[in-house]
Amino acid sequence: MLLIPCPWCGPRDEAEFHYGGQAHVAYPENPAALSDEEWARYLFFRDNPKGRFAERWNHTAGCRRWFNAVRNTATNEIEAGEVTA
Amino acid sequence: MTSRRMTGWQGETVRFRFDGRDYEGVRGDTLASALLANGVRTVAASPALGRPRGIYAAWTEEPNALVQVAAEPMLQATTVELRDGLDAHGLSGRGRLTDETDTARYDAVHAHCDVLVVGAGPAGLAAATVAAETGARVIIADDRPIAGGSLPDTAETVGGVAGAEWAAATLDALDGRPDIRVLRRTSVFGYYDDNYLVAVERRGEHAHSRERVWRIRARRVVLATGAHERPIAFAGNDRPGVMLAGSARAYANRHGVLPGDRAVVFTTNDSAYAAARDLAAAGVEIAAIVDTRATPSRGGDGVEILTGHVVTAVGGDDGVSSVTVSPSDGGAGREIEADLLLVSGGWSPLVHLFSQSGGDLRHDDGIGSFVPASARQAVEVAGAARGVFTLAGCLEDGAAAGARAAEAAGFRVEGTFEVPRTPDEDPAAPAEHLWLVPGADYSTHFVDLQRDVTVADVMRATGAGLRSVEHVKRYTTAGTAHDQGKLSGVLTSAVVGHALGLPLGDLGTTTFRAPYVPVGFATLAGRHRGALHDPVRTTSLHEWHVAYGAPFENVGQWKRPWYYPRAGEDMETAVLRECGAVRESVGAMDASTLGKIDVQGPDAAEFLDRIYTNMMSTLKVGAIRYGVMCRPDGMVFDDGTVIRLADDRFLVTTTTGNAAAVLDWMEEWLQTEWPGLRVYCTSVTEHWATVALAGPGSRDVLAGLAPGLAVDAASFPFMTWRDTEVAGLAARVCRISFSGELAYEINVNAWDGLALWEAVMGTGVVTPYGTETMHVLRAEKGYPIVGQDTDGTVTPADLGMDWVVSKKKPDFIGKRSFARADTSRPDRKHLVGLLPADPGRLLPEGAHLVETSTLPEPPVPTLGHVTSSYRSAVLGSTFALALVSGGRDRMGEVLYVPLGGEQVPVTVTSHILYDPEGARRDG
Repeated sequence: MLLIPCPWCGPRDEAEFHYGGQAHVAYPENPAALSDEEWARYLFFRDNPKGRFAERWNHTAGCRRWFNAVRNTATNEIEAGEVTA
Repeated sequence: MTSRRMTGWQGETVRFRFDGRDYEGVRGDTLASALLANGVRTVAASPALGRPRGIYAAWTEEPNALVQVAAEPMLQATTVELRDGLDAHGLSGRGRLTDETDTARYDAVHAHCDVLVVGAGPAGLAAATVAAETGARVIIADDRPIAGGSLPDTAETVGGVAGAEWAAATLDALDGRPDIRVLRRTSVFGYYDDNYLVAVERRGEHAHSRERVWRIRARRVVLATGAHERPIAFAGNDRPGVMLAGSARAYANRHGVLPGDRAVVFTTNDSAYAAARDLAAAGVEIAAIVDTRATPSRGGDGVEILTGHVVTAVGGDDGVSSVTVSPSDGGAGREIEADLLLVSGGWSPLVHLFSQSGGDLRHDDGIGSFVPASARQAVEVAGAARGVFTLAGCLEDGAAAGARAAEAAGFRVEGTFEVPRTPDEDPAAPAEHLWLVPGADYSTHFVDLQRDVTVADVMRATGAGLRSVEHVKRYTTAGTAHDQGKLSGVLTSAVVGHALGLPLGDLGTTTFRAPYVPVGFATLAGRHRGALHDPVRTTSLHEWHVAYGAPFENVGQWKRPWYYPRAGEDMETAVLRECGAVRESVGAMDASTLGKIDVQGPDAAEFLDRIYTNMMSTLKVGAIRYGVMCRPDGMVFDDGTVIRLADDRFLVTTTTGNAAAVLDWMEEWLQTEWPGLRVYCTSVTEHWATVALAGPGSRDVLAGLAPGLAVDAASFPFMTWRDTEVAGLAARVCRISFSGELAYEINVNAWDGLALWEAVMGTGVVTPYGTETMHVLRAEKGYPIVGQDTDGTVTPADLGMDWVVSKKKPDFIGKRSFARADTSRPDRKHLVGLLPADPGRLLPEGAHLVETSTLPEPPVPTLGHVTSSYRSAVLGSTFALALVSGGRDRMGEVLYVPLGGEQVPVTVTSHILYDPEGARRDG
């Protein structure tokens, strides 16, 4: 059970959160201008590193805010969460 | 008093049954100690080979003595506390599950502390005492009924008193302090991320709750979990009467039980000498000490010591009757008469929790076992758990660990902890690290007693080319039983090392996983059973549905009335009657569960344009539009209606099961992609009660209930809404239809829901209908249910709903994906209707469709599957909806549904099977 630092509520149990996958995958400015491959990369391709990984979390059972946090996927250590956008 | 109890041992008599026979033990016994006291050597036959098996150890490491107590299977006799009336049966492997409900209560506690100490042996007690002195909040958990770890087993003294007495007093003193919590009979069984540990507390059959799960978040953890004695693999090492030396010592000192009359001790190290001494003092005759080492480290107190010898055979089919010992280097053996064979291969630190925490282990060649190396979490390991095996050493090590933990948690250690005086111990002579007595035949050298895995089995695995201990574990099943390989795990690694000629340190261990001890499902479930398993949501009309005998359908967490059977009706008859009422006259349904989201703000219209595939900003105040939402991949996510309440305010409805997901979806886009949009979303599902009034008679019924409302088609057209009074209640009436009939949805404050429903029913002409009828009616019209007729691979075009996808909007979620080649493949699965050739044949939902009337050789390509299937009164036939490859180009084709060897013919039709012109809904 991770202890996740919500930037609004402080450290809370993982069970209060919803995982949002890799952070910083922005919706493309102009999807129509993308090739099929570029669009497919946006839709389906995500990193899967061993080590530091920026992820999105939503404090669903708390303040319901989204934020980003960097987690080390090898040790599960989480660096301080940051407010999205 | 029973025959194998030490003379003079005091204790209150406890009566129990084992395998149908009555016995007596004493208070404080485990079932195992009581069985040994009664001379019961065999507990059960081994699971695979049927060999008799006895009691091998004295606590949770027991691999053999499994019992069933009442409904509870697979308990270790060594951990079951004896109580009056206990009725146990020996188990050969698996137990029996009962189909009776467990009526005991189970609870859970969430706790936080500065320092959690696991284990109340010498090291744990010292750590907790030091940490408590600093003012830290301490929890100390110990899995045994009495404190002291090994102290009650070894009868060593601490501070001049019996160790068990010192331990009890120390723990009691801790218990009396305000910020210290003492958890007895509590096994910490899991160590998870961020110092989150889970424990099970066994409170007893008569406690308020039988067991409690503790979920503890600790700043720092001290693991003082002790060590397990190691077995040695030799021929016949599974016979009843073969026992770990330290365990036999525990039976004598802790329980006053002599596990045999005449013992041979087989050891690689000094600790068994102390066991032999204690057992001799208790009255067991020690026939010989067989020491694998060339020179004995100490005298045998008059007992014969055979140095450089090993055990090569054990006589006695039902239990040890003799032991054959031979020189290690070969040479003639000698048979010694004995009924007890005590084994010690040295001691292995209990590194399970440390390893679960993510800590690395290393092999310590000095003590011949794996010890904690580097920690990943905020944890200290103290005492025997990290290879400190002297009593004085454990006390000192524990005190130091307690101080480090408290300081790391932000507390100051003042003063010094005075380690209590312990008896002088001779320095231990080096142990030999022998796991396996070499032999010609390894078929009775047991590695895992519970899985009946022998050295021969392990060698078969290495002979087949396996090199990894993880692979050998899975190939042989060694270490996979209830005890999770507490004794067999590292022994298996050692045997693999022996076979491959590799040092044990290179092979490592298999992964240590929670739970450290078996935990009942009922315990983990706690109060989350039955009605408390998941929240149940009911509408404000629920009592009426119950009173009218409706069975309920679960939709998400909601209970929805399924149908309303009249006397003598089954489901099919009731649903056909309800369908007929709606199509021919008028029916009413509780539609309150539909998700409702209030979307407000200056940018609300722009926001909905981005979220829905169709245009919402052009919707006029007072009007309603159906909409579909897709994921960015273009697949349908949800559908529903959008009501425009004002320029800057909409009410969005969602499917019943998806309401929370849609709200989350909207929030996600607003927060993460479009934070500049001024839009606020609020769930208002529970604020409203909604009654759907459907059928050609609905207009008259509404007119009667709402005299102030102009209900004619011109004044109140399809897809508009009006605020008015219905049955004297403030109401919002929406003219929408999910049945294809003229229909209205009347929304009132949830508090007024029942009054509205009763007013509607009070007209005497309205038939209540449930979700099944709703499903039939909507399916006849080809309206899909998201999540039933779609599965996350279906686009609006696949559903025949091109019209709902805007061509004008520059972008919306999913738009780009509709230009992908994949979403315009001609063989995509389309939603179509199916009419079975036999109008009485109801197709099962999920059934597949194939092209040919006879099944070809497999693999048979499937064209798609049935998503909805019902009997229809208006069609006079059964019918189905299905997703079929290229379905819209197959109108009129006959396809086949393979069902139990039969090829059932069906004709493909439009998914809109009833009133395709939509004339009826306009009444």
